[in-house]
Amino acid sequence: MKSIIDWLRGKKTKPLSAQENVNTIPLGDEQMADKLARIPRIEPQQIVYGCGQSVGKSRDHNEDYILAFSVTVGGEGNNYPFGLFIVADGMGGHQYGEIASAAAVRTLAGYLLKRFHPYLMDPSKGMDEPLQDLMRAAIQESQRAVTQAAPGSGTTLTAALVLGQQVTIGHVGDSRAYVIRPDGRNDPITRDHSLVKRLEELGQISSDEAVAHPQRNVLYRAVGQGEVLEADIFTAPFPQPGHLLLCSDGLWSVVPDDNLFKIVKESPNLQTACQDLVAAANNAGGPDNISVILVQLLG
Amino acid sequence: MEEEPANDFANMQLESGVTLVNRYVIQDVIGVGGMGSVYRARDLHFPTVVKLVAIKEMINRAPDPQVRKTIVQNFEREANILATLNHPSIPRIYDYFSVEDRSYLVLEFINGKDLEAVISETQGFLTEEQVLGWAIELCDVLSFLHTHKPDPIIFRDMKPSNVMINPQGNIILVDFGIAKPFQSGQKGTMIGTEGYSPPEQYRGEATPLADVYALGATLHHALSRRDPRLEPPFSFGERPVRKINPAVSIELETIINTALQYNAEDRFQSAEAMKEALITAGRKTGVLNRIPAATTSVQPSGGIKPLWTFQCEDEIRGAPTYYENSILIGSYDHNLYSLHAGDGKLNWKYATDAGVATRPAAYEGDIFIGSEDQRLHVVSNRTGKVAWTYYTEGRVRSSPRIAEGHVFFGSDDQHLHAVNLLSGRAAWRFETASPVRSTPFIAHDMVFVGCETGDFYALDFRGEVKWHFKAKMGVTSSPWVADSVAYFCSLDTSVYALDARTGWVIWRYRMGKGSISSPYLSDGMIFTGSADGNIYAIDARTAKEIWRFKTEHQVGSSPVIYKDALYCGSADGNIYCLEHRTGRLRWKFSTKGAITGAPLVYDDIVYVGSTDHILYALLA
Repeated sequence: MKSIIDWLRGKKTKPLSAQENVNTIPLGDEQMADKLARIPRIEPQQIVYGCGQSVGKSRDHNEDYILAFSVTVGGEGNNYPFGLFIVADGMGGHQYGEIASAAAVRTLAGYLLKRFHPYLMDPSKGMDEPLQDLMRAAIQESQRAVTQAAPGSGTTLTAALVLGQQVTIGHVGDSRAYVIRPDGRNDPITRDHSLVKRLEELGQISSDEAVAHPQRNVLYRAVGQGEVLEADIFTAPFPQPGHLLLCSDGLWSVVPDDNLFKIVKESPNLQTACQDLVAAANNAGGPDNISVILVQLLG
Repeated sequence: MEEEPANDFANMQLESGVTLVNRYVIQDVIGVGGMGSVYRARDLHFPTVVKLVAIKEMINRAPDPQVRKTIVQNFEREANILATLNHPSIPRIYDYFSVEDRSYLVLEFINGKDLEAVISETQGFLTEEQVLGWAIELCDVLSFLHTHKPDPIIFRDMKPSNVMINPQGNIILVDFGIAKPFQSGQKGTMIGTEGYSPPEQYRGEATPLADVYALGATLHHALSRRDPRLEPPFSFGERPVRKINPAVSIELETIINTALQYNAEDRFQSAEAMKEALITAGRKTGVLNRIPAATTSVQPSGGIKPLWTFQCEDEIRGAPTYYENSILIGSYDHNLYSLHAGDGKLNWKYATDAGVATRPAAYEGDIFIGSEDQRLHVVSNRTGKVAWTYYTEGRVRSSPRIAEGHVFFGSDDQHLHAVNLLSGRAAWRFETASPVRSTPFIAHDMVFVGCETGDFYALDFRGEVKWHFKAKMGVTSSPWVADSVAYFCSLDTSVYALDARTGWVIWRYRMGKGSISSPYLSDGMIFTGSADGNIYAIDARTAKEIWRFKTEHQVGSSPVIYKDALYCGSADGNIYCLEHRTGRLRWKFSTKGAITGAPLVYDDIVYVGSTDHILYALLA
């Protein structure tokens, strides 16, 4: 039987009519080199991460809240790693932002881990509830928890649920998720729900004006605010090779994207990278709380 | 899986029959807000008549004492504002009190529905007449508040859910709870009713013109049915009312646009000025006694002439294939036809022993076609003569896919077959739970296919199951796999997106009815048809509907995208050409029978078969 597969795979043919509807974009040299230099096969497939956090240089307390969680399963059968990574940035200074961010993260994580628990203990128990529906329900729970714990407050919430090859993002506010690839394709995959970003989209202000805009901290969507919370929820392939980076605006608003990617690329490991990122934000003045989580999918 | 309660406060609601402060007997819950419920209650101080009141409850569960204090202060502020106001569109306040961690406002009971509920419960659109009447009353009450002495009162929270409609059809403004000014400059400050608020409200400025903007947003929502809370802020300009609801007059649309101007100085300068404009517009359009205007827009249809047609002897239910200047098509008349792509002239025909409802596949000079005679036929493209056949034990309605030296297809014999191209023999057969009419898709070194009981399989090249998923009803639809995601439709009314590696459901999108249509992925959008008559465009990442287009019958045909257009047939007999980003109709072409197969677009020509026995070649 093995010889058949080898033969199947080894057969050199041009793309076939079976895929007549599928167009593939030719890979650039850099991307090809990247594919070839792929990290050696790691088994079992696993999710590794690093975290960094700092109160910053001008705040006296920390209104950010983060959570990182990863499970690896190895053994006979179809096993897939599971990971959950959350960054929340509580808003509003005296309006109990730290209560809001803590309530949002704990509730979101609690809800999802409870729902995934049977599967993590026995992977043969599949779940038929769509990942995006679970994420949506979890964010609604967070909204309830924040409204209850600190009415009038609000928090950003950016959560990444990694399962198999996919990462499902739930996002409200202006914390960010970035995809960082070694070939230089680095992009924020979340969209800031900030007034300034919206004004920039509308052409009311330029991107330079946005950086210094007095309302740059005003969000139009936050967990804990409004009766209807429309979170951005989407699923994307986990960058492989590459990194997923989650951070609060204490990092991205003071460290330019290019530096961010450079630090990630040059660090020997994820933990060091996170500490270096936090240090970069503090060196740039550290005007706000800084939180970062860096995730890699191996194997 | 157990469902979480819809809202924690639902568990803390007062039971009917409970008496508050020895005076108010709770009858029913009439609303649930962010911090408690609203009840209908009877006031026992009027023993001989039934006097009903509305009781708004606020449960203070904040553990922090400072937070608790702020909440109580806000509640008292609302009570104090209401106590000073006397207007037919503002509810009267009778009382307020606190019991333990709960505070209560006793208000005039309005027997009615809020505008948000009215909008969502209305089939189609509210009439201009209704909305205009409410708009005038809303301007009147806003004007009353804005000219209040000694200080103007800014409502600050105008939105449909704060507007009650009483049984007489008049509006009452409710919820004066948001009375605190915005704090600007504070790092991280954020407050605002998203969607309805004007730009300056985000800067902490709340002026009468902010209420004018929010009223414009409320009217926009009422007439367009588009909830602005689900859209980015200040995006009304991107969706003018008449583009969504063409029945609205230009006059009313202009007023709404003026109220929604980005810069406050470009709006009506008072609610009174807006009210006058509304009255003038109402007189001009005669909207109060207007006969609903017929607004049938002219659809481009006729005028399209086929480049050529080819008549078969029975229905065409499958899809055509292009190969080396030929169009290949199967028909229920048992034949596989090879036609010259340029003029439709017959090259050859090959007869199977039963109807052909599959799409031919072409590979290295051979044409592969499945037939209801239970066989896969392999025919030379040059001569039209059979090269070899392969027998299954059921009708073949799944189209062949060729990859890695094998042809993969399903059969009603409840197997997926993998046949070696060189030997013409089975490499393996995989037994499924039911007939396989879905066409397999090959990607990531795996074979994906559905079957009629809803079982969906991902197999490796050895024919061993990597994972298995079960939809609630059949999967006749053929999957599309890209970027590690498998997309397909089911008769259970859903479009599914599954992680190709694990089989986990990433999202599920529900349509009105089941679907046998096969999804097409292009530009990050999934396009598919449904038996509910619609063609859908869905965001592949988020499962959000981008547009839908209603045809006049079931859509079992599958869409294809070519350049910037979508082509899809319908059982209403039409082939539709839509702009693929907006779903706007470019043209349609009528045939005399249902179209069930997918069209093929090649070199700016659309080829489509119909159950009227004809294959049409149309200019794309």
